Amino acid sequence: MMGCKLYSGGMAKTLSEKVWDEHVVRSTAGEPDLLYIDLHLIHEVTSPQAFDGLRLAGRPVRRPDLTLATEDHNVPTLDWDKPIADPVSKTQVDTLRKNAAEFGVRLHPLGDIEQGIVHVVGPQLGLTQPGMTIVCGDSHTSTHGAFGAIAFGIGTSEVEHVLATQTLMQAKPKTMAVTINGSLPAGVTAKDMVLTLITHTGTGGGQGYIVEYRGQAIEELSMEGRMTVCNMSIEWGAKAGLIAPDQTTFDYIEGKPEAPKGADWDAAVAHWKTLVTDEDAVFDKEIVLDASTMTPFVTWGTNPGQGVALGGVVPTPSDFDDEQDRIAAENALTYMGLTAGTPMRDVKVDTVFVGSCTNGRIEDLRLAADILKGHKVDPNTRLLVVPGSVRVRMQAEAEGLHEIFLAAGAEWRGAGCSMCLGMNPDQLTPGERSASTSNRNFEGRQGKGGRTHLVSIPVAAATAVRGTLSSPADLVSVEV
Amino acid sequence: MEKFTTHTGVGVPLKRSNVDTDQIIPAVYLKRVTRTGFEDGLFAAWRNDPDFVLNNEVYAAGSVLVAGPDFGTGSSREHAVWALQNYGFKVVLSARFADIFRGNSGKAGLVAAQVDEKVIQRLWDHLDDNPGAEITVDLENKTVTTPGGEVEDSFDIDDYTRWRLLNGLDDIGITLGNKDDIAAYEAGRPAWKPVTQRA
Repeated sequence: MMGCKLYSGGMAKTLSEKVWDEHVVRSTAGEPDLLYIDLHLIHEVTSPQAFDGLRLAGRPVRRPDLTLATEDHNVPTLDWDKPIADPVSKTQVDTLRKNAAEFGVRLHPLGDIEQGIVHVVGPQLGLTQPGMTIVCGDSHTSTHGAFGAIAFGIGTSEVEHVLATQTLMQAKPKTMAVTINGSLPAGVTAKDMVLTLITHTGTGGGQGYIVEYRGQAIEELSMEGRMTVCNMSIEWGAKAGLIAPDQTTFDYIEGKPEAPKGADWDAAVAHWKTLVTDEDAVFDKEIVLDASTMTPFVTWGTNPGQGVALGGVVPTPSDFDDEQDRIAAENALTYMGLTAGTPMRDVKVDTVFVGSCTNGRIEDLRLAADILKGHKVDPNTRLLVVPGSVRVRMQAEAEGLHEIFLAAGAEWRGAGCSMCLGMNPDQLTPGERSASTSNRNFEGRQGKGGRTHLVSIPVAAATAVRGTLSSPADLVSVEV
Repeated sequence: MEKFTTHTGVGVPLKRSNVDTDQIIPAVYLKRVTRTGFEDGLFAAWRNDPDFVLNNEVYAAGSVLVAGPDFGTGSSREHAVWALQNYGFKVVLSARFADIFRGNSGKAGLVAAQVDEKVIQRLWDHLDDNPGAEITVDLENKTVTTPGGEVEDSFDIDDYTRWRLLNGLDDIGITLGNKDDIAAYEAGRPAWKPVTQRA
């Protein structure tokens, strides 16, 4: 049996090992570790069967005070003040409300000022802090790793396990360092960085690892940029991705509603400063990339590892050495309706989606507005701007960003996951092509038959104006 | 959870890599609040294709899925596991599984058996030559075999999951057996750790 011990020296450890070891409740040879969970985030899609399980077994939620629920996956982004039109979505949302009330869980429902995508809400409330363990029935929980937390997605059986016990049984993953040296060139973003990485590793390259992102280019990112990188850890198969907390992290958290205050703040920061990988710690695997050579990067295929520089062309399947990669490329080109050798900049786009837990934060909307200012969306293209949370929407409106979007001809929507996964009415139609700031370009992800290109915020904004995949450098400057 | 020791059933070749959970079950099918009925969304986009393997009558009653590498990537939706189980699958064989899918399978009682890529290819060849052939998956001995002995190999599954599946044990019950350890850990948590509501 072990009590809660904060890390206080000893053998050289990586950041993730320190955080992991601080949360081990019980460790027995031949069994997974029993890991304490500091924060459990919940939404309407992956929780109903878990609450049902508790009810059947007569079990309470062990720590409602470490649990937070929000409605995000299937909520509409239009008419959100009216009853949800889709009866099946409504049942799911009503079920969450009923469960939250019955089990004493704090819920931010549609219409609430704190409602939004669960991975946007946690950080903006200040609930996401360094050195924590954070889980949610959603694979993009890795987002919270940007604060130096171990954060990962779980299935519904595990949601039930955490509700009942505030712990999870987890085998300790291997450790990997992704070091990104140099500085990103102007106009190249965290999204381009992570898309470049995933094409480098493939979708399975991170399987079995907790990844620490580090190096100059990572340190230079804002918290929003760090969240974008950590968010997509799952897209190359990593268990989790995290970044050592530093002054940028502390400055972001300080003053947030649920951040520690006064003496608690000092104690917390003193501990957070120990959460770095020791100099002589050894990773099981290391990858090194150079940020200074990175360029705007987009996907051409149907998984996030099928990417290419925006300045490049649609690849030729026979160029792939591995047979499975070749077959996957052939299938992807067929599905995407693309011809090998076509310049990516020639690809016409029907819909541009700005939003999601990858790129739906205020910094993302500011960047999109900055590029769109004075421009019009191409008449054959529609642009959806979906803030990640109600707070993001309000902040954007306070700054007048919505006026720029509306003047450009964009649709300014309510908060939620929206077209990232097309579970609400925001979907592509068969054959429709999107440039999307979200995280997955899987077949049918944004709507049956829809074709998705993953892009950064600057590429999304420029593409909306030109109607073809573009970067801001392709725009004719306008007087504003 | 039901105990799993050994299973013999029709093998279904799914000759694709990177079968993500949006392919296994698209998001629009995730709106049920039960654990059943998800078979209607299983491989929904591909089921419209008359050439899709499950539309071949020979494979319609399949229960052992033989899939390409990186099976179950993407979303954490356990509905992907339920959809496979609701349809009738007991086992998925692949050279590589995404971590969350593998975890969800173990919790829900679907055997995610990892085999060498060459074994997948041999099973695909065998099923091509003998459509509707059965495959036996023995969890006790961690072996995958065909009744005629054409394929005989071992598979990997972590020991703890194997033990739980063999005994049909409920994880939560096991953990609650250690609730004193959890309480002791909680007593030592720093006061500055955040809470979502105060008493």
